[in-house]
Amino acid sequence: MSLAAAERTALHAEHLALGGRLVDFGGWELPQQYSSIRDEHIAVRKAAGLFDLSHMGRLEVRGSGASGYLQGLLTNDVAQVGVGRAQYTLLCREDGGILDDLVIYRRGEDDFLVVVNASNREKDVAWLRQHLPAEVELGDRTHSLSLLALQGPKAEAVLPTGLDLSGLPYFGFSAGEVAGVPALISRTGYTGEDGFELFVDSKRAVEVWRAVLEAGRGAGVLPCGLGARDACRLEAGLRLYGNDMDESTNPYDAGLGWTVKLQKGPFIGSEALAEVKARGPRRRMLGLTGDERTIPRHDSPVLREGREVGRVTSGTFSFFLNRGVGMASLAAGEAEAGDRVEIEIRGRTGVAELVSLPIYRGSVKSPTASKN
Amino acid sequence: MAERKYTATHEWIVIDGGRATIGITDFAQAQLGDVVFLELPKTGAKVAPGEAFGVIESVKAASDLYAPVAGSVVEVNERLVQNPELVNKDPYGEGWLLKVEVEGEPQGLLTEAEYKADAKAEH
Repeated sequence: MSLAAAERTALHAEHLALGGRLVDFGGWELPQQYSSIRDEHIAVRKAAGLFDLSHMGRLEVRGSGASGYLQGLLTNDVAQVGVGRAQYTLLCREDGGILDDLVIYRRGEDDFLVVVNASNREKDVAWLRQHLPAEVELGDRTHSLSLLALQGPKAEAVLPTGLDLSGLPYFGFSAGEVAGVPALISRTGYTGEDGFELFVDSKRAVEVWRAVLEAGRGAGVLPCGLGARDACRLEAGLRLYGNDMDESTNPYDAGLGWTVKLQKGPFIGSEALAEVKARGPRRRMLGLTGDERTIPRHDSPVLREGREVGRVTSGTFSFFLNRGVGMASLAAGEAEAGDRVEIEIRGRTGVAELVSLPIYRGSVKSPTASKN
Repeated sequence: MAERKYTATHEWIVIDGGRATIGITDFAQAQLGDVVFLELPKTGAKVAPGEAFGVIESVKAASDLYAPVAGSVVEVNERLVQNPELVNKDPYGEGWLLKVEVEGEPQGLLTEAEYKADAKAEH
């Protein structure tokens, strides 16, 4: 593996200075971990962790008709998103296959910030451009705007801001400042904990990063890498594009039917998705917890009473729960939460239990994002 | 102290008077990330060069462990059962895996310079 072609975030030098072990993730050089995944994972659950999410694509969709344009592309109902609110939603193909999962932030009536997966950014931009009306403007702010996340039960107490965070609802955001640097502060995240995502000018990202770490030092806040992030999102039942779903997956099979609002009117994929809904889902997503020494791994077969009923889509070891955790896509009607199953890993068989998602419910203000 | 030698599969070995200590390299532990479990042979088990003697499972993946030499296992690092993170923290010290009574002449082991050139090329 070569890191030569990978892009760097504005915080690259900070990651190196903190001893971050850098890996390629979606074409970006990012820390897998700094101290240890164990310590970082537990910091997120007990105190808070600071993540650099600047690899994620940040797009701007603005101009007259922007909301109608997005309404015609996304599965969720843009009309239900007030100004200052964010929404988890999907971009689908005509046949209902998921192109990406993303979060839109409504800054104005026709002014949206759209956060997409790093690995899908170029594909998404091409798709958005292909359908773009003349009066709507699409901009890519990925490099000029950095994204940091402070996640954990102590996030609100330690974030150095003058903004009254107690008034900020889950999936709400507000313009404010962090350590004197202008920031868009959003109560969103990918860990199952309460916390904030911070959009700041890339030129000042280092200032914000250092100030948040400094403010959290006494409370046990740690810089956290991709390893802790993956374990936290898995426990929270949050999907990872490319692992838990891809273009061959429809939202219902991915357990994301709650993001599809067919009643809002036509959008790309709505006809196909209406058929899928009427037919009933063919797959079901459930959590997995491994018995001793069973760590679910992507694409491992899941067997119930000796018969294959599905595949593991994501898995890792949770140092917080002290067991293997994962998600599986199962044939509908073939397995239920509470079932004991076998997982074939590297030619051996491990035992696990199917559990409903989320596997762990953290301090997050509302369970909406991990609803199934 | 005898010189530490290496394998292309990222194990290290120190042979001292017919007895060898075996572990995985710092490069290997860094690539694996946090170690979760190890499956190691029992005392008395035979190991053979290039053959898997155990499995190391990290947060990222499970990988086979390969014996650098032929021999029989005389001691297994029991501390790793409760503290697998020792492999990450001190791969050449407290994170050793096995002690082996070496049989025959070790072959094909790499010097530190050879191993580093090898690992660099792989990376």
